[in-house]
Order: sequence, then C-alpha cells, then structure tokens
Amino acid sequence: MKYIDEFREGGMARKIAARIAAEVDARRRYHFMEFCGGHTHAISRYGLVDMLPDNVQMIHGPGCPVCVLPVGRVENAIQLAQTPELILCTYGDMLRIPTANGMSLLRAKAQGADVRMVYSSEDAIKIAQQNPQQQVVFFAIGFETTTPPTAIAIKKAQALGLHNFSVFCNHVLTPSAISHILQSPEVREFGVVSLDGFIGPAHVSVVIGSQPYQYFAEEFQKPVVIAGFEPLDVLQAILMLIRQINAGRAKVENEFTRAVLPQGNIKAQLLVAEVFELRRSFEWRGLGLVPYSALKIKSCYAEYDAEQRFPVPALSIADNKACECGAILRGIKQPQDCKIFGTVCTPENPIGSCMVSSEGACAAYYSYGRFRNRDLCTVQNN
Amino acid sequence: MCLAIPAYVEQLITGDQAIVNLCGVRKEISLVLVEDIVVGDYIIIHAGYALQKLDQREAERTLAMFAEITTLNNNDIS
Amino acid sequence: MANPVRVKAGYTRAIDFKHGCVEMKHGSGGRAMAQLIQQLFVAAFDNEFLRQSNDQACFQGSNERMVMSTDSYVITPLFFPGGDIGSLAVHGTINDIAMSGATPSYLAASFILEEGFALSDLKRIVDSMAQSAMAAGVPIVTGDTKVVERGSADGVFITTTGIGKIAEGINISGENARPGDKILVSGLLGDHGIAVMALRENLSFQTSIQSDTAALHDLVANMVAAVPTIHVLRDPTRGGVATVLNEIAQQSAVGMMLYESKLPMRAQVNAACEFLGLDPLYIANEGKLIAICGADDAENLLNAMHKHALGKDAAIIGEVIEDTHCFVQMQTRFGGSRVVDWLSGEQLPRIC
Repeated sequence: MKYIDEFREGGMARKIAARIAAEVDARRRYHFMEFCGGHTHAISRYGLVDMLPDNVQMIHGPGCPVCVLPVGRVENAIQLAQTPELILCTYGDMLRIPTANGMSLLRAKAQGADVRMVYSSEDAIKIAQQNPQQQVVFFAIGFETTTPPTAIAIKKAQALGLHNFSVFCNHVLTPSAISHILQSPEVREFGVVSLDGFIGPAHVSVVIGSQPYQYFAEEFQKPVVIAGFEPLDVLQAILMLIRQINAGRAKVENEFTRAVLPQGNIKAQLLVAEVFELRRSFEWRGLGLVPYSALKIKSCYAEYDAEQRFPVPALSIADNKACECGAILRGIKQPQDCKIFGTVCTPENPIGSCMVSSEGACAAYYSYGRFRNRDLCTVQNN
Repeated sequence: MCLAIPAYVEQLITGDQAIVNLCGVRKEISLVLVEDIVVGDYIIIHAGYALQKLDQREAERTLAMFAEITTLNNNDIS
Repeated sequence: MANPVRVKAGYTRAIDFKHGCVEMKHGSGGRAMAQLIQQLFVAAFDNEFLRQSNDQACFQGSNERMVMSTDSYVITPLFFPGGDIGSLAVHGTINDIAMSGATPSYLAASFILEEGFALSDLKRIVDSMAQSAMAAGVPIVTGDTKVVERGSADGVFITTTGIGKIAEGINISGENARPGDKILVSGLLGDHGIAVMALRENLSFQTSIQSDTAALHDLVANMVAAVPTIHVLRDPTRGGVATVLNEIAQQSAVGMMLYESKLPMRAQVNAACEFLGLDPLYIANEGKLIAICGADDAENLLNAMHKHALGKDAAIIGEVIEDTHCFVQMQTRFGGSRVVDWLSGEQLPRIC
C-alpha cells in the first residue's frame, strides 16, 4: 500500500530509534503526550515504547472520541433508539459502549430497537430516504476530522427536503481539550505531571491545520510536533520534540507535511462553521466539564437537531469509583496503575472509558499485551 | 483517533464522487470536501469522504528525511 | 427426510421453482411437504439411502473409531462470491470431521425455512449443497425440513451433521501442542470474511476476493499420510487464526509465537482491513486449516500440503513455545513483538 507501507518499515524505525538514543540528554527526562488515540494505538501495536530510551516517557492523552464521550450521552442515544418508529444510525465504534447498567446500543438492538451501523454519514441520509415514515437520527461523534461529514449530511438533508432526518451531535474539539490539560492544576501548579511536549493529531490537523497549535507553543512554552499515525511518523515526531527541547525551543513543527497544511482544509472548516456553533461547556469522560470544547447545531438548522426534536435530558452519570480513567487521560497514571485494569475491567467488560474503544490507552495496552512485558522478556530475547 | 488512509484516485464520477483503489479494493467516496482532484492523485479518506489531497512530493521529502538519519547514524559510528 | 410419501406423477401440479415461495404447507407433513422433499431434496441429493424414503439412513458401521460433528449455518447474505450457505454447510461440517484426521462418511442436513422464502433461491442452495457433497464424495443421507412463520427466521437456516472414521494410530487433538512444535497454515488468510463483508449493506466496496469455502478432508488425508503424528488440526473459521490459536494455546497449556512476515495473505485482504479498521488475524476462513506438528516433521508436512491444490500456498507461520500464561504472540514485520489476544466481542468496522 503506497504511502502506508513505507512508513511502517521496521529497519528504518530502528535507525530513527538509534538517532533518538544518540541525541537524548542522559541528564534529563522527557515527558511527551500523544494526544490522539491513533498515536496511542500505533505506539502499542508496534511496540514503540520498547524502542525508546528509558528517559523518554510517553503519556497517553484523551484523543479518542469514543472514550471521552460521557456515559450520559450514550444513555441518551439508547433512549432515542428505544423510541418507537425511530431508526438510530451510528458508526460501528459506538455500538458496544456500555452504560452504567450494562446496556449498550447492541443490547438495545437485541431487545428490538432499530439500530443501524453506518460507515459514512451519507449512509444515514440514504436510510432516511428509504424510510420516509420513520424518524432517522444520526448519532454523530468524533473530533474535527469527523465533523465535516456530519455537516455535509445536514446540508444534504436540507437540500433534499428530508423532514425525518436529524443529528444527535456530540462533536468535540481538540485544542480546547489540550488547553484544559495544560491548565489543569496537576500540570500547572503542582507539577505532579510534567509535560515537555505534544505529538499533535494527524487527521484532526488535516482539517484544522497546524496554526491552532501556535497558542500552546507560545502560551505554555511547549513544543508541538504534528505527526502521521504510522510508526515511523511517531518516532520521527519524538526525535523532533527531543531536538526542540535540547535546543530550548517551543515551536509548532509539522512532520505530517504530506497531508497537513498550515491553514488546514478551509472548505471543510467553512462548512463546519456554517452548520455548527460552540457549546459553552461539554462534559468529557475522564476530564469533566471542559469550556467551549464541543459543537452544537446552529439554530437555523434546528430542524435537523435531534436535541431540539426529541426529549434529550441532561444526564450526568459518574464513572465507577475504582476507575482511574480520569487520571490516565490527564497523564497522572498509567493503565497498569489502576486496580481494576485487566481484572474487573477488560475489553469484554469495560468499566472505564479508556477500555471501551481499541483507541483507548487501557484497551491498547491490554490488547497488545504491553502490560505483560515483564513476563515476556525471556521470550522476546529468543 | 480518526482512521483515515491514503488511496489512489482511479476514476472521477458524477456528483463529486470518485472511485478510489487501494491494492485492488475499490470504493466510492465523496469529494465534497476537497478541490481540484484528478485521476492519479492520492487522497486521504475518512468515513467515506476525502479530507485532503496527499502531497506526493512532501511524502518523498519525509522519507528522504528518514534516510538522512541513516547518514547521521553512520557519522556517529565513524 | 421425514416420512416422504411417494407422490404420484400427474396427481399434483409440479412445484413452481421459478416463481413459487415457501409456504406453511411445505412443513405441515402433508402432500405439499412430500412433494417438496421428492422434487427438491431427494432429486438433488440423490443416493440409495434417500431413495428408500425412510426417516433414517441405515448403513454398515466399522471397527474403527468414529467421529461425529454438527454445526448450524446462518449467514447474510445467503449468496456470496465463491459460495453460498449451501456449500458452506457441506464444507463446514466435513471440515469439522476432517480436523480430527478422520475420513468423513456421511452427512445429515436439516433446514429451517422461513415462510415466503423464494423457492428459486432454495433450489439454488440445495443444488449447491448437492454439488458440494458430490464433489467431496460425502453423501447427504438423511434430513429434515421445518417451515416457520415469516419473521421467525432469516430465509433459511441449515444444520448439517456428519460422521466419519479415524484410522488406527491417529491422535489429533487441540491439547497435543508441545513447545518446539511448528505451526502451519494451509493457504491465504481472510478471504471468506472479506468477501462476505464486501457485500454487506452500507459497506459496499468492490473486491475480486472470493470466499475460500472448500472441503479439506482430501488435503487432510494427504497430510496424515505424510505425517501420521500431526498433533493438532483446526479450521480457523469465526474469529480467524487469532481465536483458534488462543483456543489451542489454552487447551495445550502452551504459548505461541507467530511471524507476521510469514502469514500468507492477499494484498486486497490487507487493504480491505485497512479501510475498515479491522485486524486480518480475526477474519473468518472457510477453506483453510491450521496444523501443528513436531519441528522435525514440519518440512515434510509442508511439502505434502504444497502438493495439494488446497495447500499450494501453505506456510510455516510460527512455533509453539513454553508459556504458563498461554499467550499467543507475534513477531511483527516491524520488528517488535506483540500479544495477539482473543477477539473481544464482534469485529465491527470502525472510523476511529
């Protein structure tokens, strides 16, 4: 696969890793947060941590839209799906997410709700056209990458005069979440977590560009390197961060130049700005309420807003007390520091948000056996 | 994260749609979010939509940057 | 077939296989049912046992150990590139028998039909079963049909049961894997799962991938002849190679190490997985087997597999290792190693 396989080449990875080892300053530690679940996934899948020197530590950020969606919103979606004569469409990612009482959209479907998995927002429009007698709600989730397709669906519904289509909007914003983490007391005041730099999102940045990160570099003096999701991209970004820190710089750099422009995709941004506006505040699972961190549908498109069309009560459902997802998402703890990780909380029976999607830090650790490393040393050396 | 992959544009069809080809797997995707796409381009696809044209020259440049590291490593050794 | 009364020619109108559909009367035990059995099932599966029109098949046993297996087949869509639910139902049960090293002898088939299901489709499925059974040399000797009301089933469900016999000295079982053993696979992985998924509504992407559905007993016979001491055979159907190897690791209380670079797979299967966010190790196969044997026998076994059409792409993909945790691991092409865990839940296409 052109432009994929070249960026997964193991021999080159070892060369970049050797370069990292040659350039790190042994007298200091480096703490980098990869914001995106995509990077977390690559780090786990390809075992990148094993290639890094001991004084380079990766902290897994909250960039998994499935993980950070509060349970209350999933509960809302289930209630919508259970409404008679209503079809709820959503991406495959959302179907298995459990609520506090063990319900999920898949279970609701088993009990008779009409839940349909779609690959694209366009499919939800088609379902609405095919079922004019029924209400069709698209349960939309995702970061800036996934928002433009939702905007297109709303515009298309309007153009087609579809009166049975609406969107349950849960789109969230990356820069606000990064700000929130940088402003958290653990990072800013107490210094419990040191964060020396960020690996910036790949496909989110394709849409929003590299400019929105300038603020972090300037205001917080943290370097940001935007990187693709392939393993060589991640290693290269780590090298670029180390070089910035060694040189005392805090700039926004772009490793993913093959897809990210400074200004991003303006056509997509304009479309999003036309259909959506900021929410004053939105709950993130693990982070709590984050100001101006999510989008809602503008009043001129209220007809397509499921929150206007149906009763969608504000539900705030607390996570299990033993769950450490909040601390993990803020970089204070690692998955294996959580008491219920891998025992009570597994991908089969996820308790916390980081275990629910394969992008989540806990699920990535669990599935690829990264936490089992100590036991496996003998085997790997063979 | 947001799963997205680069794929080759094989054919442009009506209504801002295109057929992309990834190692023999063909899929119809939407070009509504991008402009000036021609057959032979690589585009980055997410949930059925092209998000951006892949800049092939920049891709080569990034790969060249990786290759430079080999030279640096060799210099260290010598 | 359940009590099929002979229907006099000319007494009843011939079944309209072109336009007709399954009706409740086809399962009610009356004339319509007898007619369907005669004109469809007996005509297609035609053999001496069915011709006797009894509720059971009576045949000579043997002194050898016997093997028995049963499996139910439900699939959407019913027809897919490379096969259909009928061929799948014949091959699947033959394979389950063959994975013990046995020679399959006979099959039984049971159908649950949904009221309103097109008879043309049913005929297509039954003909495909007959063809598959004929090609495999394993006759369908007894069966049953039931009709349920519309909405109570999804077109047609098929259950097949098979019996077979095992030659003296063959001891193939999931608990026989030993550290040091080699792990082999008979061919390209993931074809069936991707061929079926490509057809599912909303995912429509085009590939030239066909289901690999095939009966493996002939390949197994060649393998057992070459290496009678094969330790384990299993077909990686639902859950794919990852699931099957985790099962065997548990059963044998061992670990496994796979080599990603040795896994035989089409570029198209990899690409489809990339599109949908799936891992090819968890994708279903219907005409492949995993074999585990002693390291000294592995080359010999591989050669025997290569000589058979269904084993021409066979490869040694890993080895059994000591591991009290029973983990399946993989040395990645990238150069590290990772755990290949059990599948959690259903594999669903994802966007993030």
